[in-house]
Amino acid sequence: MSIKIFIPTPLRPYTEKQDTIEVEGKTVEEALKNLTSKYLPLQQHLYSEQGTLRSYINIYVNDSDIRYLSKEKTPVKETDSISIIPSIAGGVEVTEAEVEEDIQLSPEEILRYSRHLIIPEVGLNGQKKLKAASVLLIGAGGLGSPLALYLAAAGIGRIGIVDFDVVDETNLQRQIMHTTNDVGRSKLDSARESITGINPNVLVETYPFRLSSDNALDLLKDYDVIVDGTDNFPTRYLVNDACVLLGKPNVYGSIFRFDGQVTVFDSNRGPCYRCLYPTPPPPGLVPSCAEGGVLGVLPGIIGTLQALETIKLILHEGDPLIGRLVLFDALKFKFREFILKKNPDCPVCGIAPTIHQLKDYEQFCGIESPTKSKFNFDTPEITVAELKNRLDHGDDVTILDVREPNEYEIANLGGHLIPLGELPGRISELNPYKEIIVHCKSGGRSAKAVRFLMKSGFTNVKNLAGGIDAWSQQIDPLVPRY
Amino acid sequence: MIRFSKKIVNEIENHGEKTYPEECCGMLLGFSKNGIHFIEEVMRIDNSQDENRRRRFFITPEQYRQAEQLARDLKMELLGFYHSHPDHPAAPSAFDTDHALPWFTYIIISVKQGKAAAMTAWLLNEERTQFIERIIIVDPIPVSSSDRKFVHAPQ
Repeated sequence: MSIKIFIPTPLRPYTEKQDTIEVEGKTVEEALKNLTSKYLPLQQHLYSEQGTLRSYINIYVNDSDIRYLSKEKTPVKETDSISIIPSIAGGVEVTEAEVEEDIQLSPEEILRYSRHLIIPEVGLNGQKKLKAASVLLIGAGGLGSPLALYLAAAGIGRIGIVDFDVVDETNLQRQIMHTTNDVGRSKLDSARESITGINPNVLVETYPFRLSSDNALDLLKDYDVIVDGTDNFPTRYLVNDACVLLGKPNVYGSIFRFDGQVTVFDSNRGPCYRCLYPTPPPPGLVPSCAEGGVLGVLPGIIGTLQALETIKLILHEGDPLIGRLVLFDALKFKFREFILKKNPDCPVCGIAPTIHQLKDYEQFCGIESPTKSKFNFDTPEITVAELKNRLDHGDDVTILDVREPNEYEIANLGGHLIPLGELPGRISELNPYKEIIVHCKSGGRSAKAVRFLMKSGFTNVKNLAGGIDAWSQQIDPLVPRY
Repeated sequence: MIRFSKKIVNEIENHGEKTYPEECCGMLLGFSKNGIHFIEEVMRIDNSQDENRRRRFFITPEQYRQAEQLARDLKMELLGFYHSHPDHPAAPSAFDTDHALPWFTYIIISVKQGKAAAMTAWLLNEERTQFIERIIIVDPIPVSSSDRKFVHAPQ
């Protein structure tokens, strides 16, 4: 069965100038395969190196774009015709932070930046670019610390920081811009002090609230480069989409235990976060640093790499880490680089984007925001005081600990240990007829475990509110906090 | 090499100035012979990019289809497209290269503070890795199909 394929003008040099080619095929895929095997050079213009249709190549069956039919599996019959229709796109490079003439360095600054000024790639002009630049840091934690310190030291003119947290003891192992004396203070106050201490020439702007769909565009639009140092998926998607919509580069880093990732998402020149991860992982699948831990020096390594890329973007020097994802494995000491391609079907930066404004990212990531949550009604809870009371009365309850074995070693309540990730496979270890109290460190993972067990038919399960942390604070200070 | 008349230059410049600070785009129609593109007509196309039109232009598949149809109706060839770079040099961006097709001529007009500046023309190399700049010859009077005998005559 032969099908007619319409060839657009620019591809006709490869089809002996014919505008219509007849090939065999029952589906679009078969027909195109037969076309490219007949005219081999067409392959590279229609398909990317990964073998997917190029983003600007649209395939129509009669008058319908196959994206809205069954894509390449769309069946074709004798009377149908296939058209190869390019969409034409282009535009300018990302706006260069054109250095205004009136940016001057004081004698103090010239002395301070002298090691920069004598590098040809930076020089006076580059240092002025740094001074004219503005960088917004999302998060003043593990990644935010080295970022803020090095960017300030390098002479970035304006640094903005978004964070709503307070410094606590568990931060000090890695968040080096906060000190022991800062415990209990707002991270922003502490950050401002550290930055100004390193370089009083930097203008520090602080935003003490949670970045949200309502404020993100307004906040990001006034900065040249956005640096994502967050530890949660809703904020990552939010930062990504806002950056794509505003056309801003997003210097991305993430860390977990001994592994780090770093790349630059700039949808004008390469892929975005959604091209790499179109959909978020199911809630709870990927543990945060608070749940899974992180080696303290790791954010130092990844954060400084982000600072490096930020500076390169501002200077327009070297090869930016756009379209390349670098994974760092600290235990093996290996840096591995992966090429990232722009996804033509990307809903936010693809050829026909469907996302034109910010949305509810908590919901997108399957997380209900605390204010809307019916959490407390759904998940039966018990307080640490109640539990203590019942244990003192000799009640026969099973305590299930869903933390990781190494956490169990630091502190435990003598419960039965089944890490949350292993629970589905080890559910048979639990007696469904007995009352089960589930706990983790502070109540998040155990709530998931309770919901899972209830779904699996357990009727008498309760979540220990506040977890072992609450137990240690309210009941038994001899149980160490971590 | 590409050749066209001063009239074509004016039309592209006027279009770039009119849409400034946003990008303009349009199609190039004419005929090709021995690898030389002779542009006889340019047609404006509405920039279909939803957002960021200052930095991007987008021609939809439907607009592209109409462009091919128009070329057929006028008994000309669709030779490529032009677009403007407001307040940026007339050099192709990485984004331009990523989205380019072979054989087509891509004309870029730089529009600086509302005034048309440099104009360049580009052709994608066979490996799709970069644009090669094409030499532009502006003929003082319009080249028409009847003048095709001058194709090889150096000016």
